[in-house]
Amino acid sequence: MTVSINEISASPGFGHDLPAHTLRDMLRYMMLARALDERMWVLNRAGKAPFVISCQGHEAAQVGAAFALSRGKDFILPYYRGLAMVLVMGMTPTEVMLGLFARATDPSSGGRQMPAHYGCRRLKIVTQSSPVGTQIAHAAGIGLAEKIKGGDAVAWVSFGEGTTSQGDFHEALNLAAVHRLPVIFQCENNEYAISVHQRQQMAVASVADRGVAYGIPGISVDGTDVLAVYEVTRRAVERARRGDGPTLIEARVVRMTAHSSDDNDRTYRPPHEITLVRHQDPIVRFVAQLREHGILSEAEEQAMRAEVAAIVDQATEEAERAPMPEPETLYDHVYAPPRPRR
Amino acid sequence: MPEMNLLEAIRQGLDEMMAADSRVFIFGEDVGKRGGVFRVTEGLYDKYGPMRVIDSPLAESVIVGACIGAAMNDTLPVAEIQFADFIAPAFNQIVQEAARIHYRSNGDWEVPLVIRAPYGGGIHGALYHSQSVEAFFAHVPGLKVVTPSTPYDAKGLLKSAIEDPNPVLFLEHKKTYRLIKGFVPEEDYRVPIGPADIKRPGEDLSVFAYGLMLHYCLEAAQTLAAEGVSVEVIDLRTLRPLDTDTILASVRRTGKALIVHEDNLFGGFGGEVAALIAEHAFEYLDGPVMRIGGPDVPAMPFAHSLEAAFMPSPASIAVAMRRLAAY
Repeated sequence: MTVSINEISASPGFGHDLPAHTLRDMLRYMMLARALDERMWVLNRAGKAPFVISCQGHEAAQVGAAFALSRGKDFILPYYRGLAMVLVMGMTPTEVMLGLFARATDPSSGGRQMPAHYGCRRLKIVTQSSPVGTQIAHAAGIGLAEKIKGGDAVAWVSFGEGTTSQGDFHEALNLAAVHRLPVIFQCENNEYAISVHQRQQMAVASVADRGVAYGIPGISVDGTDVLAVYEVTRRAVERARRGDGPTLIEARVVRMTAHSSDDNDRTYRPPHEITLVRHQDPIVRFVAQLREHGILSEAEEQAMRAEVAAIVDQATEEAERAPMPEPETLYDHVYAPPRPRR
Repeated sequence: MPEMNLLEAIRQGLDEMMAADSRVFIFGEDVGKRGGVFRVTEGLYDKYGPMRVIDSPLAESVIVGACIGAAMNDTLPVAEIQFADFIAPAFNQIVQEAARIHYRSNGDWEVPLVIRAPYGGGIHGALYHSQSVEAFFAHVPGLKVVTPSTPYDAKGLLKSAIEDPNPVLFLEHKKTYRLIKGFVPEEDYRVPIGPADIKRPGEDLSVFAYGLMLHYCLEAAQTLAAEGVSVEVIDLRTLRPLDTDTILASVRRTGKALIVHEDNLFGGFGGEVAALIAEHAFEYLDGPVMRIGGPDVPAMPFAHSLEAAFMPSPASIAVAMRRLAAY
């Protein structure tokens, strides 16, 4: 049931009938994610942020998916590269920077977790950990609860291709498939799990090939094409809300940075590949598409870049000024207090 | 007040909670039509249907992992791990996820999850159907570990566990399922998670136990009473949180402490209780803090002779009691 994106893209009309302002909004989120991410690296190299893990190269895969979801209704479980996704879902740039600086008001964890472990109950962004793949099981369970309750929210979960080697990937996809749960499994395949290439992670060419083993659609899509990801996710959401079950989407993306600020990808990645990846920038691609279709003028693009840069400046300043967690809060929230009986 | 065994009390607790709150559902291997391999959930599938008593795939990690997700989506899952011996694949989900989600989200998310698991031996279950796993999990802040010993406590604690906003590992000693009977009130009640219970008051020494060993200790205490030694037997009931006040108050009164569990001794839960007493009741002690536990072998063997050699017994507990009383 692996579907090639070439079939999906056969639908007529640029932008899948999305209005121009929505298309520009998508670009704006991609630019915002990139600008925040780049600033984090600057702050890391300046000694102000101990750790950065990047979204660069994954923006289209996340923004495309996010625009097909219902904000505040659907649950999202983004792994640590999910910056663009959480921005679209409502986390503010300042909140993201509060997490980078581990400030008390960081909405994800109050400065308890490493940066990029996003979470916010109000926004239905489910808290994440570092052992990879555990969140895939949680997504299946959210879908199970939704089915029990008779609701129509979906759970969208992301992970890298390396994580598909984990048992939780298999267990969760199998469970979701058996019970036709409303879950969208998005593998953001950037070909590297830290230093290990996809070839040493799996013997199949595409993660989407695995869908057939669970009896669910497996779709491989160019994850640097925001509109293609939007379209496959939109169809997966429809399928999930109809009660027809989960979809496995492989978004083929590029990792434009090292794994993290503590990694050096020049030790395992050939130089020509690092150069090549620079030429697969999803933002450059989308700007060109919008320009070609007369949806974005050069002046508009420049204005957008300036706006995003100002937002990042402001977010950085606000977050840096925010207080650190008080040491005595170390003991807070070990156990949740009892709740009144319903 | 009807008399029932521990297994029936748990089933009744599940039934009443499911009837009272549509958010409660059961998820585990063979829990549906079969009613569980021990028949704990018998009849619930027929009563509540396949959407609330759900047969899971044979995959422990996702049994717990999916229940964590479900708990975060406004339901109250009761996961069943068929045997505690099979809980290891779910260790990551229980320890790294369920127990840490509230803390790591700075109090934003909660995981109201109960994980039921039959544990313990003496039923010819061999290495992989006899294990005691409480020490692995009692170590973990953020997780509650409950070990009922009587039908009354089991039902009352189970209801408290289902209502608790935290993940609770609910360990049921499988030999007590049908062996231990007791009176259970018809009216709705709770036993709070936390407090220990003095099952037999005494003056000369304090004995701390839970699960099947609690009953063996009561039997041994009866023997010692005939010999003129008054033994206080305290059912810990909850290993985490631990009722340190009741433990220390008892030891300060009797001056002697014995901890008994079936799990092997090294790194076992008894070490924690012993350390607590040594640190906070040292001046009151009239003898060494003693422990009885299973031997430090990997797990309980199948052959009757070997199994019997593994299990602490009322007789071996009585021997330790006499030794301690003699100080």
